[in-house]
Amino acid sequence: MASNIKIKATLSGDVAQIKSLMMHPMETGTRKDADTGELVPAHHITQLIFENNGTPVMIANFSTAVSKNPYFSFSFRGAKAGDTLKVRWVDNLGASEEFETALG
Amino acid sequence: MQAGSRTIHTKRIAVGLLLAIALLQQTALAGPEDDRKAFVAFYQSRFPDIPLQEFANGIYAIDADARQQWQDIEEFPPYEFAIDQGTALWAERFANGSTYSDCFASPTAGIRQLFPRWDADHERVETLELAINECRLDNDLPDLEYGSDELASITAYLAFEARGRLVDVQIPDDDPGALAAYEAGKQFYYTKRGQLNFACYDCHVLSVSQYVRADRLGPSLGHPTHFPVYRSKLGGMISLQQRFSGCVRDVRAKPFALQSEEFRNLEYFLNYMSNGLELNGPGARK
Amino acid sequence: MQTSKRILLKGIAALGALAVLPRAALAAVWPTAAFSSTVAKQAMTELFGTDQTTPSDQIVLRIPEIAENGAVVPVSISTTIENVESISIVVPKNPRPLVANFEMLPGTLADVSCRIKMGETSDVMAVVKTDAGLFSTAKEVKVTIGGCGG
Repeated sequence: MASNIKIKATLSGDVAQIKSLMMHPMETGTRKDADTGELVPAHHITQLIFENNGTPVMIANFSTAVSKNPYFSFSFRGAKAGDTLKVRWVDNLGASEEFETALG
Repeated sequence: MQAGSRTIHTKRIAVGLLLAIALLQQTALAGPEDDRKAFVAFYQSRFPDIPLQEFANGIYAIDADARQQWQDIEEFPPYEFAIDQGTALWAERFANGSTYSDCFASPTAGIRQLFPRWDADHERVETLELAINECRLDNDLPDLEYGSDELASITAYLAFEARGRLVDVQIPDDDPGALAAYEAGKQFYYTKRGQLNFACYDCHVLSVSQYVRADRLGPSLGHPTHFPVYRSKLGGMISLQQRFSGCVRDVRAKPFALQSEEFRNLEYFLNYMSNGLELNGPGARK
Repeated sequence: MQTSKRILLKGIAALGALAVLPRAALAAVWPTAAFSSTVAKQAMTELFGTDQTTPSDQIVLRIPEIAENGAVVPVSISTTIENVESISIVVPKNPRPLVANFEMLPGTLADVSCRIKMGETSDVMAVVKTDAGLFSTAKEVKVTIGGCGG
């Protein structure tokens, strides 16, 4: 069930550039529902953790002000073809999703 | 207004009026192809440095700061989720065992570029959305709501598969209904409406590239090529006709229904004006 | 499964002697107080212990002049400053100014991109934390509402 997280990874020497796109409403908690007039509760990814072969390579902390369907990209050294890159996000309601891909 | 800009402003109005006159001529000599050439000539003289195909990128062909933001989003565009969903929906078998492919050719042969088309059997313009629902009804399935995410996902997938194909709308000359639909769409385009009393022409021809408050007006040439579109504002996909609806609402007129005759004819006219441009949907816009 | 993960993270936060835990576990604490702050200086103090930064032209902040739509503003930050521990995005005019914080780990390059929401015209600050202190740069982004697309 990886369809909510997409990764595009490119390897250049030992540098991996990781682009990620994930589906998430990123509700701020200050928006009113158009039909009911009620405030839509805050619902947002709080943290994104990337690991390469089990070693953390990035921890991204998000507020509600990261755009809906978040995009995040970063790079790290020490990567090689065949490495397993794993990403996991957790949100403020306690849900989480993860996705794994092989580099190179 | 300074004298210099007034001269340019007057000149723009003059060129725009000439275009309007040319297009509204009802003589036998001024047919759709003449209309299209005049339309393209207007935009090319207005923006001589923009290659014809670039008009498929709309305001991003004109505004550099906006273009950079668009390119940043295209690094990993959120419409990819819609394409994934559309791919899966297209492949699903109906209860009776058929699939969408049985109504159409295979998507890799390209389906999106066949629409909108004149449907002689039903004497109406058939859009892609209409055709998808016709397929569903023919296979005992309920139709999809126009403006629904599901329908947008399917059209996003089909748009993606047709990238690079050319807009090639035909107006068959053996059925006067087709030309009448084209003319109705053209009339709509040039008709002022709403409390603001604007025609599509006023913003997208006369005032193209100018600001209406904080928004920059894009050229109509190339508008239909990149739909459906992921809108940053909505965080979701919209169809071309949903944008028509928004525009009509913005000039404070009552929007026509999605897939109404008015909007289908307008879609027919606008696509014909973009004949020869490459399809580049789905797109990402603000 | 989800609940036990939450408890684990909360448990780590509750421990007093964090020094003995691996860096990744330390960094797994979401900085609640900093993200809840409604004032930029306060958010920075919560996150870094200070709101004072040294301006640096070694930080490249790429961001639009005029946001097409405040809901999706692409931001890219990179820096050649050495020993970067984290990069943060602070938007003083947002209701909650701390937008995001990126923790560098061994091997991570100081080059990040994301898309943020801005409520109104504001400076956007890129704050780089290194072992030599805090450095920053800022640019103003105009956010407008209204027109035909808005």
